[in-house]
Amino acid sequence: MARHELGDDGVVVIIGSGAGGGTLAHELTRRGIKVVLLEAGKRESTASFSQVPNEAFAQLTWLDPRTSSGDWAPAKTNPGLPAWLAKTVGGTTTHWGAVTPRISDWETRARSTYGEVKGTSLIDWPIAHDELMKYTALAEQRLCVTRRAGNPGLPPSNNFKVMYAGAKKVGYRRAHSGYVAINSRAQDGRGFCIQQGFCVQGCKLGAKWSTLYTEIPRAEATGNLDLRIQSMATRIEHGSDGRVNAVVYRDANGAEQRQKARAVCVAGNAIETARLLLLSESGKFTRGLANSSDQVGRNYCHHVLGFTVATFDKPVHMWRGTSQAGLVEDEAIHDPKRGFAGGYFIELVNFDVGSLPLAALPYGWGRDYASFMEGYRNMAGVMIVGEDLPRPDNRITLSRTTKDAHGLPVAHVHVDEHANDVAMRAHGQRQSQLVMEGAGAKRVVHSQGSPMATHNLGTARMCADPRDGVTNAWGQAHDIRNLFVSDGSVFSTAAAANPTLSIVALALRQSEYISREMTSRNI
Amino acid sequence: MSSTGFADRRGFLKVTGVLTGYLAVGSPLALLAPSRAWALDLAAFTGGQGATLMAAARTLLPHDGLEDAAYAAVVRSADADAARDPAVLRLYTDGITSMGAGFATAGEEQRVAALKKIEPSTFFQLFRVKALSVLYSTPFAYAYFGYEGEAFSKGGYLHRGFNDLRWLPEVPPADGGPMPDAGS
Repeated sequence: MARHELGDDGVVVIIGSGAGGGTLAHELTRRGIKVVLLEAGKRESTASFSQVPNEAFAQLTWLDPRTSSGDWAPAKTNPGLPAWLAKTVGGTTTHWGAVTPRISDWETRARSTYGEVKGTSLIDWPIAHDELMKYTALAEQRLCVTRRAGNPGLPPSNNFKVMYAGAKKVGYRRAHSGYVAINSRAQDGRGFCIQQGFCVQGCKLGAKWSTLYTEIPRAEATGNLDLRIQSMATRIEHGSDGRVNAVVYRDANGAEQRQKARAVCVAGNAIETARLLLLSESGKFTRGLANSSDQVGRNYCHHVLGFTVATFDKPVHMWRGTSQAGLVEDEAIHDPKRGFAGGYFIELVNFDVGSLPLAALPYGWGRDYASFMEGYRNMAGVMIVGEDLPRPDNRITLSRTTKDAHGLPVAHVHVDEHANDVAMRAHGQRQSQLVMEGAGAKRVVHSQGSPMATHNLGTARMCADPRDGVTNAWGQAHDIRNLFVSDGSVFSTAAAANPTLSIVALALRQSEYISREMTSRNI
Repeated sequence: MSSTGFADRRGFLKVTGVLTGYLAVGSPLALLAPSRAWALDLAAFTGGQGATLMAAARTLLPHDGLEDAAYAAVVRSADADAARDPAVLRLYTDGITSMGAGFATAGEEQRVAALKKIEPSTFFQLFRVKALSVLYSTPFAYAYFGYEGEAFSKGGYLHRGFNDLRWLPEVPPADGGPMPDAGS
C-alpha cells in the first residue's frame, strides 16, 4: 500500500470506501491515479466478522448520533438511529443483502412518466437509460450477479419455496431466486454461497461481493492507494479560485489532519455526504459547498419499505439459507390504476430469532405477541422495496441540538411521507399477504420494517438544470469542477431497485470521466 | 453457567441484590452448565427490584416453556445499564415502583393490567425494547425456538437443510438454480 504526503496536491481524495468510493478508488488507481481513501470506520475482514447477530450489528453499524423528525416511522421508533448504515471499510457493502435489480427505463424519466405529482420535486435523470444500462451490465459482471452475465441463479431455499408457491397462486409470472451479488459458483477469487443465512452480519466466506475484499485490495495492489482508516472527514476546503484543494479530517487519534487534493470525491452515503457538504460552508459558499441551488440535502429518498411475516402449519426454518435470494418483479411497473405512481419489488427476507422482533414485527407485547413468536420454526418472510417520491423538505440538515465527538453538528433527517408512498406500502403489503396466504399462511403480520432506512438517496442529485439539484450527469458538482459525489446521493429519483448495483455502475462511469478530465487537464 | 456469564462480575463489583433460580431438568443448557442452579448478582437493583423486572419481562413476552434463566438475562442487562448511569437507574427504580407493590407475585391478569396502565411511559417503552433485544438472543431462546445460529463453522446450511421443505411444490430449475458443487 502506498503512502501519499499530506502536502501532495496531485492526489484524488475519496471520502468513504463503500460501493461508490471503493469502486472508484479501484478504477482510478488502476489507471495510475494516486488516491487517498478516507474511511471513518475500522477495517474488518472475513475472519473478524462476528457471527453473533447483535455483536455484528455493533461491529459494522454507524452508531454516531443523528437526530430525526417528520411523520415517518424512524422519527418515532428510532429517532437517534433513523438510518442503518455502516461505518467500516467496505461501507454498507459489508452488511448489504446484495439484492441487485436494475433501474427501469421509465424510472429514469420519472417526471415525464408520472407527470406532475403535487408535493413532490420529481425530475428526469440527465442520463439516458441505455447509457446507464451499459455500465449496469459492467457492474453485474464485476459483482458476479446471479441470473446475469452468464451466472446461474442460487438454488431455492425453504423460505423462497414459500414465496414462490404463493407468488404463483397470486398469478405472478416473474418470480425467481433473485438477482444477487452473491457467487452461485466460485469465481473472482471468491467461494460460492453455502447458504449460511448470515449475509447481514458480514459474509465470512466472501461469497457476497463487498469492496472490502475485492475493489480495495485490488486498488492497494496497484501501489497507488493510500487507505486511511478511522479517518473522519470534517471539512472540504477550497482556494480563491473556487476549486476544492484539501480535505480536513480527524485521524485515529483524534488529531486534525489536512490532505491536499487535486480533486475530491464524496461517497459517505447520502446522509453523511450532505452533512459534509453543509459543514464545509465558507465565506464564498455560505450555504455549504456545491449548494448555490440550495438543493444539498434536499429530495432525500429512502425507499418505501414494508415487511410481511407469516406462520404456517409446517416447518420452514427460514434462517437457513441466503437471506434475500428471492424476487417478484411483477409489481415493479408503473400502473396508475393501482392508485400510485412508480413500482416496487417483493423481495425474500429472513431473520435470526433475535433480530426478528426488533426488525420485522409490528409493535406489541403479551400473549398475542409471544404466541406469534412461538411459530418461529414455521415462519416465512418477504418485504417490499419501492420507489418513494422526492420532496424538497424531506432533507438532511445540520442538527441544532446535537454534536458529535468532534464537536460538529450531527445530521438531522426530516421525512414526511407522501400519500403516494403510503398508498404503495398499503398495496405492497396487501399483495404480500396474498402471497403468504397463497402458500397456506395461518397468520400474517406486517410492519414498516426495521424502523431505519437502509437505502439513502437523492441529497446531491444529478440534474440537467443546475437549479434542480447539485451535480451534473457525471456526479460532478455544478458549482465546482473538481468536486464529485460518488454515492447514492446523486440519484435523480429513487427508482424501485435496491441501489448498490446502480451506485457501482455510476462509479464505473464516473471514473472514466474523471480520468479523462485529468488527462485533458480540465481538473 | 460459564456459557451465560451470569457470575462473571462477582468479586469486583458491589453487589446490591441477587436473583437465583434453577434450570429446568430438560433444558438443553443444563447439559452444558456445571450446575443446574444459577445466581445473578445485581450491581444496581435490589433482589426485590430484580424479581419485579423479571416478572415484567415474563409478562411482556410470556413463553411458558422458556425458563427463568432467559428472563434473568434481561434483568442482568438492565442492571448493567442502571449501574453505568444514575439517570437510567432512576428511570428503572421509578418504573418498578409504578408497577405497584406485589407485582412480582401477582397473577398474570393483574400484571398485564398494571403494565397497560404504564404503557405510554418512557420506562415501559425502554424496558419493552430491552426485553425484546435480550430475551430472544439468549442461548435459551435459541434452543427453545429451534434457531440454529452461526453456521459458517459447520459449512453453512447448503447440506444441512436449507432446502428440505417438502410440503410445497419444488421450484422449477429455471426459476431457481443448481447446487453450486454439483458435478464439479
